[in-house]
Amino acid sequence: MVTKRLAVAVALTAALATACGSGGSGGSAASAPASSAAAPSAAEKVELTYWNWVPNMDKIVEVWNQAHPDIHVTSSKQAGGDDAAAKFLTAAKAGNPPDLVQAEYQMLPSFVAAEAVADLTPSAGGLKSQFGDGLWSLVTLGTDALYGVPQDSGPMMLYYRADLFKKYGVDVPTTWDEFAAAARTIHKADPKSYLTNFSSKDPGWFAGLSQQAGASWWGINGDAWKVAVNDDPTKKVADFWGGLVKEGVISTTASFTPEWNKALADGKLLAWTSAIWAPGVLSSNAPKTAGKWEIAALPQWNAGENASGFWGGSAVAVSAASKHQDAAVKFLTWLNTDPAATKLLVDQGAIYPAATAAQGALSTAPEFFSNLPDFWQKAASFGAGARGFTFGPDVNVTYNAYKDAMDKAVAAKSSFSDAVTSMQDATVADMQKAGFTLAQ
Amino acid sequence: MTTQRDRSRIQEALTVGRSRHAAEAPRRPLGLAPTGLLILGAIYCLLPVSWVLVSATKSPGELFTLSTFQPGTGLFSNLESLNAYRGGVFWLWMLNTLIYAGGGALLSTLVSAVSGFALAKYRFPGRNLIFNILIGGILVPAVVLAIPQYLLFSKLGLADTYWAVLLPQILHPYSIYLARIYAAAAIPDSLLEAGRIDGATEFRLLRRVALPLMIPGMVTIFLFQFVAIWNNFLLPFIMLGDDHKFPLTVGLYTLLAAGANQPSLYNLIITGALLSIIPLIALFLTMQRYWRTDLSSGAVK
Repeated sequence: MVTKRLAVAVALTAALATACGSGGSGGSAASAPASSAAAPSAAEKVELTYWNWVPNMDKIVEVWNQAHPDIHVTSSKQAGGDDAAAKFLTAAKAGNPPDLVQAEYQMLPSFVAAEAVADLTPSAGGLKSQFGDGLWSLVTLGTDALYGVPQDSGPMMLYYRADLFKKYGVDVPTTWDEFAAAARTIHKADPKSYLTNFSSKDPGWFAGLSQQAGASWWGINGDAWKVAVNDDPTKKVADFWGGLVKEGVISTTASFTPEWNKALADGKLLAWTSAIWAPGVLSSNAPKTAGKWEIAALPQWNAGENASGFWGGSAVAVSAASKHQDAAVKFLTWLNTDPAATKLLVDQGAIYPAATAAQGALSTAPEFFSNLPDFWQKAASFGAGARGFTFGPDVNVTYNAYKDAMDKAVAAKSSFSDAVTSMQDATVADMQKAGFTLAQ
Repeated sequence: MTTQRDRSRIQEALTVGRSRHAAEAPRRPLGLAPTGLLILGAIYCLLPVSWVLVSATKSPGELFTLSTFQPGTGLFSNLESLNAYRGGVFWLWMLNTLIYAGGGALLSTLVSAVSGFALAKYRFPGRNLIFNILIGGILVPAVVLAIPQYLLFSKLGLADTYWAVLLPQILHPYSIYLARIYAAAAIPDSLLEAGRIDGATEFRLLRRVALPLMIPGMVTIFLFQFVAIWNNFLLPFIMLGDDHKFPLTVGLYTLLAAGANQPSLYNLIITGALLSIIPLIALFLTMQRYWRTDLSSGAVK
């Protein structure tokens, strides 16, 4: 509700700002291009504000502030997700955004389209070698510009209850066909148990699974956007899950709901195709199942491959309106690449770092997975084949269309690929309305 | 004990009153339907509250495993972790909410009472126009105004300050409307005339005659506004960037929407929600008696 209202409000605001701007009002100091802003003198203390929702970020920032008396960063913890993006866009329109902002990868293009974030190529372009190619393309959007520096990442894999798999005599599925067979076996053995659930509330999860299958929902071609939410790999993924839902062999409880938490805690859901950050969620929602889970690569579409997708993760971007962009880049470079800082991010912030070196430095397995001492090594090998795709400027529209269409498809047990087509239609319609050029 | 004696005397008086009342009034049907309806309403209102109460006692492990209304064992550990969360930021949010709700409701009540009195008791050009605009203002939900207000406050450089949340809530059309209606009914014109003949200034009339008569109405406005601001989410959500200025609603929301890859801190949220309704309940229980005076003073007339 709030999200939708905000989204409308943001759209209105955009119209309003354009209208006011053309009127040539006097108080437009904040919208002046940042390049013209005077660089602060060396003696001057720079104050930076940083909106994010990383746990304990205030403590991490404190470490930076101790070491850098000339650049003081204030971390402000926001509500995460779509609301945070809408709030940042509104603040940017109003001319008083924070200097630094946490931007989920799928939201970054909307920031770019609103010209709310700065191009960091000159000051941070050199960081490219410290991140994987898949992640780097998420912050360049496949262009020559750089709109943020990756902070955390979410390569996907399969989490499963090893004890219950053994009980039902099910092997860990390596292909999606085996996955479907396992779903049937388990549901047949215990009609109250399911292998996993299809979540019509988690478009990010579905996007990750589509990435694994090789989907590419958006692309930038010169000045035009190419939109293909209903490409063949996506339809394949949709129909696979649609088939399982129709058969009734998987649960349709949405993830992250109390019912879902209960099913996990009670051992009625045996597996979760999730991302590397799942241990935090599982340990919070089903703490008593600690030590019973194991991990495997996502089931594959073609046996023997090692493909995966990304679910979640975010970058740190610098506001286009920030008067201290150089100082901001200094801070975010430290935060996301300095070994001491990434260690803090992992220990205090409980994130999976985006920097390649920081990923390699992970040693102690999460407490929830104390049964898997080599959790991080395994996870890194499963995630190595993760491919991302370029996100578009109106991901929120596509994601809302997913929720609407999939909700209906699940309830009616109708075709999931039709639902995907309605996602495509909604996305295209919105982009046309917003004035984007679309390549046909 | 005197209090005891007083209480029994009151009880006696009440029973006497009731029996006399019963004797005089013709026997009425028991009213099963209305009573049943009210009980249903009470259950409807109290069920969620009792859910919060019970859930706040569950530890993280129990929250999703115990059945809904079975109390858990984690109340004190929940309170402890809420108290420890980010160095006790919850209490700062609680204080902020008190400032926003208390300050905002107080200012709003004063502004409403004065404007309502003026609109009810003075004839001046444009009075109807102002009143009609206010009536129109009632029809505009505050939610719609939040974004324009944010843009205006940004221009003024007041966004992300305490004023950004306080000021927009002071002028509340419905409260002014309520104050006008109340002033028109509660303050007899003859009383004001008498005051004027005795040489009282208009300000003195307002302070000594009008406002005391309007107290029950003002209490109502204060409570309405207090609860509205206490529960307000969108305005502070948009206005405030600094999490040390957040009220409880926005603060607790940061725990709920912790981002896709962080678990929501359900236990802390539920415990926080429980603590955040306690001041509201306390306020209603203490303010209730002013409403009773209102009823009785009406009866005297």
